[in-house]
Amino acid sequence: MADYTAPEVLDDIIVPSPEEGATAELKPNPAVAKFMEPLGFPPPLSADMEDWPANKEEWEKAGGGKALGLSKMGNLLEKYRSLKVYMDICVKCGSCTDKCHYYIGTQDPNNMPVKRADLMRSVYRRHFTVPGKVAPGLVGAEDFDKEMLDKWITYFHQCSQCRRCSVFCPYGIDTAEVTMAARELMDSIGVGHKYSAEIVGKVHVIGNNLGIPQPALEGTLQFLEEDILDETGHEVRLPLDEKDADVLFIAPSADFFSEPHIQSLIGYAKVFHQAGIRYTFSSYASEAANFGMFMGSYDQMKKISKRIADQARELNVKRIVVGECGHAWRVAYSFWNTLNGPFDFLDPRFPVPQHVCEFTNDLIMRGGLTLDKEANDEYTVTMHDSCNVARASRMGPNPGGQFDIPRALIKASCNKYVEMDPETTHEKTFCCGGGGGLLTDELMDLRIKGALPRVTALKQVMENDGVNYMALICAICKAQFSKILPMYGIPMDTVGGVHQLVSNAIKLGDKKGLV
Amino acid sequence: MPSFELNGNTYETDEDGYLVNLDDWSEDVANYLADSEGLEMSESHWEVVNFLREYYEEYKIAPMIRILTKAIGKKLGKEKGNTKYLYDLYPGGPAKQACKVAGLPKPTGCV
Repeated sequence: MADYTAPEVLDDIIVPSPEEGATAELKPNPAVAKFMEPLGFPPPLSADMEDWPANKEEWEKAGGGKALGLSKMGNLLEKYRSLKVYMDICVKCGSCTDKCHYYIGTQDPNNMPVKRADLMRSVYRRHFTVPGKVAPGLVGAEDFDKEMLDKWITYFHQCSQCRRCSVFCPYGIDTAEVTMAARELMDSIGVGHKYSAEIVGKVHVIGNNLGIPQPALEGTLQFLEEDILDETGHEVRLPLDEKDADVLFIAPSADFFSEPHIQSLIGYAKVFHQAGIRYTFSSYASEAANFGMFMGSYDQMKKISKRIADQARELNVKRIVVGECGHAWRVAYSFWNTLNGPFDFLDPRFPVPQHVCEFTNDLIMRGGLTLDKEANDEYTVTMHDSCNVARASRMGPNPGGQFDIPRALIKASCNKYVEMDPETTHEKTFCCGGGGGLLTDELMDLRIKGALPRVTALKQVMENDGVNYMALICAICKAQFSKILPMYGIPMDTVGGVHQLVSNAIKLGDKKGLV
Repeated sequence: MPSFELNGNTYETDEDGYLVNLDDWSEDVANYLADSEGLEMSESHWEVVNFLREYYEEYKIAPMIRILTKAIGKKLGKEKGNTKYLYDLYPGGPAKQACKVAGLPKPTGCV
């Protein structure tokens, strides 16, 4: 295991001075042909990419990649008018420069959102604007050559598409969308990221990111039923592939595998048990996450989420509820209807889709759950807002529901709750450092550094208020913090799901069957 | 493709050092992989590896951590059937580091 050193945590989040090229060498593992081809992407020039990146010279000499890439850029600019606007309207005001967690953690100026997006803008200017074609040197226009591609590979994989910078941009430029377009373009010329490509391939074949086949999933759910029975004396079910259930429940597959994720899965099951309605997991649609979004590929996103729509029809359910997963909720809330809609075959009395926090909160509001807050008295809790939930979606009927509803659940489940620095929560929340398809070991150094702002804010409330539990509603946040916090000297079990708290507090048996 | 040499044989791995061909696994290979992770294989380490391999044989995937902890608890005593004990054995994480030594593919996704 490689050794990593976490940066020093200061009393407050400090914006450091830039250090040119500080993380220029941190690159994602390339996706080889066996991962690219099943997704319809061209293979890399050298099939095994053994000599990558040396082969980029050949790539350039062949001219194919460059021509193909620029033609793809032309398509993207036509298809996404927003992208063209983002290429044109930046006035270099500097508002975004100190807002990115990766810049704060790495000091690399290319991680200032404006500089990152400029990697695409300079190519856009060179090849798609008259001044850039005539006098490139005067307008900061640059060729799409191998040096530029190298920077794209590096820095468009040092953005977690969290959109914190966009909150502060006076023009509303969405840097995440620029990153997505860059990754889509790179995939189209055979320059993919192994982590995302391998995972998406597994979803198409097996149904989930981990590659859990049906028998393993069935065994896992049965194991949990027995475990809950042993622990509580109640027969709480985790049914699989049951037709005519009321609810199709879609969890991130990490919930079937990792700690602390499983604890929330048990929490959901207990809530459904108390709700007294029939729900089911699906082995075909066994994944809430949608890495098509991280690749910036609309087609992949559509194909991945289609499994859920198809399965909802097949199982003849009335509702779809989504578990604790940040970008899954963004895809579900903001894209499902366009991707695979209309969902008019579901019961129109319920929101499509519905977040599990919304579902549980609704039950609490109607008196359907009895929660014993004292069960969580060992914890002083704070809440980390997940970037995709906070800035790219909503929850429930009211504005700000994505902030208020999870907090309402936490407060209903425990006695001691504390907020972190408001500059780091709600719509200003910092990414955990592992989002956007970067939760992979070769980028560990980036992940550690990217977590610095959140760790700083967490340490403040740990020291001042005795916080010992940071509640999360995202599988990536859970995996990232469990891994990274110990490197900052914070125990891994300082983080857990919102439904883990609900699970601890819920009193089984009372008031069952209200809904 | 990265690889390593052991006893005159060449073994292919992925970028993170996981075996590409699962049939390449042997106890010698496991000892080599453990060593590369800075681990010394004790009887308890082997219990974890053996359980992972048996489970994988049946289900083609590594088990949920909780299934692993329970199985270890049954074999080695209840006080050892917990996540902390597994992390003491495999500080790089029971899922990733122990899978590597057991010759299983690296778990992918939000884990």
